[in-house]
Amino acid sequence: MPTRPEKVYFFGTCLIDLCFPQAGMAGMELLQREGIQVVYPQKQSCCGQPAYNSGFPDEARTVARQQIKAFAKDYPIIIPSGSCGGMLRHHYPKLFADQPEAAEAQRFASRVFELNEFLVTVLDLKLEDRGQPIKVTWHSSCSALREMKVIDHAKSLLRQLKNVELIELQRERECCGFGGSFSVKQADISSAMVVDKVADIEQTGAAVVLSGDYGCLMHIGGALKHRNSPIPAKHVAEFLLERTQ
Amino acid sequence: MTETVVDFPKNFKKALGDGQLRHNLRAAMDTLGMRRRTLFSDLDVFEKLRERGDAIRQRALRQLPELLERLEQKCTENGMQVHWAETPAEANAICLEIIQKHNATRVIKGKSMVSEEMHLNHFLDERGIEALETDLGEYIIQLDHETPSHIIVPAIHKNRDQIAQLFHDKIPNTPYTEVVEELNAIARQVLREKFFAGEVGVSGVNFAVAETGTLCLVENEGNGRMCTTAPPVHIAIMGIEKVLERLEDVPPLLRLLTGSATGQLITTYFNMISSPRKPGEKDGPKEVHLVLLDNGRSKIWADPELRHTLKCIRCGTCLNHCPVYTRLGGHAYGYVYPGPIGSILTPQIEGLKNAGAMATASTFCGACEEVCPVKIPITDILRRLRTESYDQDETPNSVKDHGHKLNATESLTWKGWAFSNATPWFNALNAKLLGLAGPLLPKLPAVGIVKKWSQSRALPTFAAKSLHVLAKEKGIRDE
Ligand code: SF4
Repeated sequence: MPTRPEKVYFFGTCLIDLCFPQAGMAGMELLQREGIQVVYPQKQSCCGQPAYNSGFPDEARTVARQQIKAFAKDYPIIIPSGSCGGMLRHHYPKLFADQPEAAEAQRFASRVFELNEFLVTVLDLKLEDRGQPIKVTWHSSCSALREMKVIDHAKSLLRQLKNVELIELQRERECCGFGGSFSVKQADISSAMVVDKVADIEQTGAAVVLSGDYGCLMHIGGALKHRNSPIPAKHVAEFLLERTQ
Repeated sequence: MTETVVDFPKNFKKALGDGQLRHNLRAAMDTLGMRRRTLFSDLDVFEKLRERGDAIRQRALRQLPELLERLEQKCTENGMQVHWAETPAEANAICLEIIQKHNATRVIKGKSMVSEEMHLNHFLDERGIEALETDLGEYIIQLDHETPSHIIVPAIHKNRDQIAQLFHDKIPNTPYTEVVEELNAIARQVLREKFFAGEVGVSGVNFAVAETGTLCLVENEGNGRMCTTAPPVHIAIMGIEKVLERLEDVPPLLRLLTGSATGQLITTYFNMISSPRKPGEKDGPKEVHLVLLDNGRSKIWADPELRHTLKCIRCGTCLNHCPVYTRLGGHAYGYVYPGPIGSILTPQIEGLKNAGAMATASTFCGACEEVCPVKIPITDILRRLRTESYDQDETPNSVKDHGHKLNATESLTWKGWAFSNATPWFNALNAKLLGLAGPLLPKLPAVGIVKKWSQSRALPTFAAKSLHVLAKEKGIRDE
């Protein structure tokens, strides 16, 4: 297990920053509660992925440079998203491969932890459930699953909660159809995918769907709301905090 | 070749609206995926095997020009005739010449995706030559005047009832039956006669071994063996990338191919063709021709990143695992190669203007890469193609029609986005304004992307206070 740092950086991600800040606050609180000092650089913004995946790597680099600058010190960088985490850890080195900042981007990438990954592998977080019995289901974002490989970490935290029953989706490994700009550029395909995902969620009988990525949650939550489903889509950090307060 | 204009949005909508198609596909893909998982149940073993497959393909591609020369030399020594074609038109002309030299009008075909790339059947048909598909799936779609919807299981979009009806309608004196064995028997009977009447046999090639001049053909029905042995002339067609250095490279790749494609340890038939009939031998074709088609592959080969595309062994498992393919089927893509492999290969061959949209039909979920038996970095290549669509700088390896999508609106949008996200004070102001507009957002008029999002999803709202603001208010340090 890596040594427990005194201080960490928190990378909120642009989506959480603008639309779902409660998830970011919950993530930071979970860390602080374990006695970790959290630093939130005010000069941070977006990881750059939207431009990178849309075919605009120069613009992505401009934004990525700003993040490398904003997170300049040697602290671990904790991020409540497998997708943005994947961008920082796996794609920054590629994005800067033939740039003067290549080595810097490598070092930056090596400091990145997805939130659940950090809570489990570095802090060995122990949770005590204070909530009522509840059934939940879990959506794995593709990047958390395949790039960051942190799904087991997130689920191991949920399984510590004694009143929480985790019911898995039938097609847990299948994409929800968000894919950033794909959701509007290929809106028909994206909709077909999320409709299937929502049906899978509903058949579990869970009261809430959890995930570690707000991109998917916005997509799935939006689709649930669209069909007036009472099931909320919630970030796992918020859920963990609520259950243990 | 004729310019193909594919109306992707229309195709996609049509496919998504076809409930029967989606049902058939889902069931078939689930079965194929399950079989594959059963065979490759030990993930560590699979990972080691595919690392080997990747290494073999990379080694072959590194030496591609030399290996092709060696292949030609060995095949020629073995008594085969080797032909080179730069374009599908040239390859078709070569085939036609061979067929006409033998005054043949009846060609029987084993499954070959490269012949689909050449539209060989259509080409021959126009010249009065009947080319009959003998693979059961290919035979079914040929009866219905369709093209393959999958590179391994070409009729996968059809279910048993649809095939029963098709046979009843199209094959004279055929009673309607849904019994699989009876359907097989009907097809077998038609095909048997054709095998004996076939004057030229055409097949694809799964691997060609440079060391020995051996053509390997993987199949399950025995029709490939019939096509390559019954007629007096055999024409094998392959893309130039299919060459392997050594005979010992075949077993691991064969294992990966059959396991990934159909979850089989080995197929029912595995043919290794090394020469035409020798003096004193009782069977086998008198002539064997090998047609090597480039069709843009050399250009792909020249680029170190794009070259990975050519590692493909056409197992089709990326299609089976693709959440987009399983909802659209192959026809919606409009080109010969659908799904993830089609989406990286086709735009490189056909150009970004015609086929670049295929690269946008992906969420980058990575399900394809996870199963690809030769570790092709499919999402990286898709991203590269998206980038090339906007990149007007000409390099020797630029993809055809690069930069065609560049437009002021998108460029300005991304420039503005980059400025905002790289300029903290501006970004803060932006967040504040969005926060004020937040509650209004769901009331936006449903046009453009708002409309597209809203077709199946409620709009999110911007928070009144951003995380930046909340963090500051909570006294979280800023360093
Ligand atoms: S890209 Fe990989 S998974 Fe897809 S057909 Fe080729 S070898 Fe198979």
